[in-house]
Amino acid sequence: MNMVIELTNESFESEVLKESGVVLVDLYATWCGPCKALAPVVHKIAEEKEGSVKVAKIDIDQNMEIAKQYLVQSIPTLLFFKDGEVKETMLGLQEKGKIEEVLNRL
Amino acid sequence: MSDILDVVIIGSGPAGLSAAVYAMRAQLKTLVIEKNPMSGGQIINTYEVDNYLGLPGINGFDMGMKMREHAEKLNTPFMTNEVIKVDMEDKIKILTCQDGTVIKTKTILIATGANNRKLGMKAETDLVGKGVSYCATCDGAFYRGKTVAVVGGGDVAVEDAIFLARGSKQVYLIHRRDSLRATKILQEELFALPNVTLVWDSAVEDIIGNETVEKIRLKNIKTSSVTELDVDGVFVAIGTNPVSDLLDGIVEMDNGKYIIANENCETSQKGIFAAGDIRAKQLRQVITAASDGANAITSIDRYLREYK
Repeated sequence: MNMVIELTNESFESEVLKESGVVLVDLYATWCGPCKALAPVVHKIAEEKEGSVKVAKIDIDQNMEIAKQYLVQSIPTLLFFKDGEVKETMLGLQEKGKIEEVLNRL
Repeated sequence: MSDILDVVIIGSGPAGLSAAVYAMRAQLKTLVIEKNPMSGGQIINTYEVDNYLGLPGINGFDMGMKMREHAEKLNTPFMTNEVIKVDMEDKIKILTCQDGTVIKTKTILIATGANNRKLGMKAETDLVGKGVSYCATCDGAFYRGKTVAVVGGGDVAVEDAIFLARGSKQVYLIHRRDSLRATKILQEELFALPNVTLVWDSAVEDIIGNETVEKIRLKNIKTSSVTELDVDGVFVAIGTNPVSDLLDGIVEMDNGKYIIANENCETSQKGIFAAGDIRAKQLRQVITAASDGANAITSIDRYLREYK
């Protein structure tokens, strides 16, 4: 079972904006090396935080709308939502501990 | 871990992974410490590596993963951590990591490489991810049909410009000199592109933009004239800085803080070796990094045999 939900422009609202609590969204593309390097880190977090943090990803090639809406011009980007609002943004490849730090703060 | 290791390799780019393969085959008690749980180093940002013998055109990320698989096949122990301090007790090196872990080893191979050099103005930092980028392959897609500038004159800058020209409307390549340092074959490919304009003898003085990059201010180095160029993005590819702070004051470095080590990768400190982009050298590429890794372990193996 994949614990990281694959989002689209269409499902973004119901899965992220209407979700109460913390949602971590990974904006990526299939051709981006650092995104591929970040994916297992995000996956691990999804596994470990199952039940407390919802973890999702969105392929910007198929879903540029969302990237535009949040002024994202660089991937990978992690958006940290709480109750449907962006609370934090992280650019580039991240260490697991740094991501957890932000999640724990929210 | 109270055991004393034979070698701790810090960093897991091509130099560190090549060293890991040689160290495991030499049956040294080895540990690779990496900051991120996936390795590859700078090449994972590269769309295409076209100068590694035998693997023309391989994707940088795939190459990094292949190197990693090779090291893993030999059961290399990896640890995700950051070494923050190196102490020496007689011949033993004591490494302290960020989470408090202490590791003892007979030798250290530092292969932490280099990261992107910045232009250095405030707006550059403020606008990272909002038009300022250090990775064309990561961020190029956001500039489809737009106008971008690439700053630099080496292989990476030219590769970035070629890559961006596929999707962007117009690419400006801004370089301080009147000729490029990049490999000739890349230059030829670049010059043939209709939507790339070269801006010679020019330095970026400032990046201007509110929410995102709107323009850059250029100064012509020869004439001192200042011009502004409307761009949606700036890709900075002006070289790298070594990640060598850890060994500051422990080993000799050159003015640019690259570690001085000979071809056998021996530094000024016995038992500490340096491989890859962190070493003061003429050419920083995957092939020279991999070569360093192999040479370093050969030196380490010899050092260990004479150790006591």
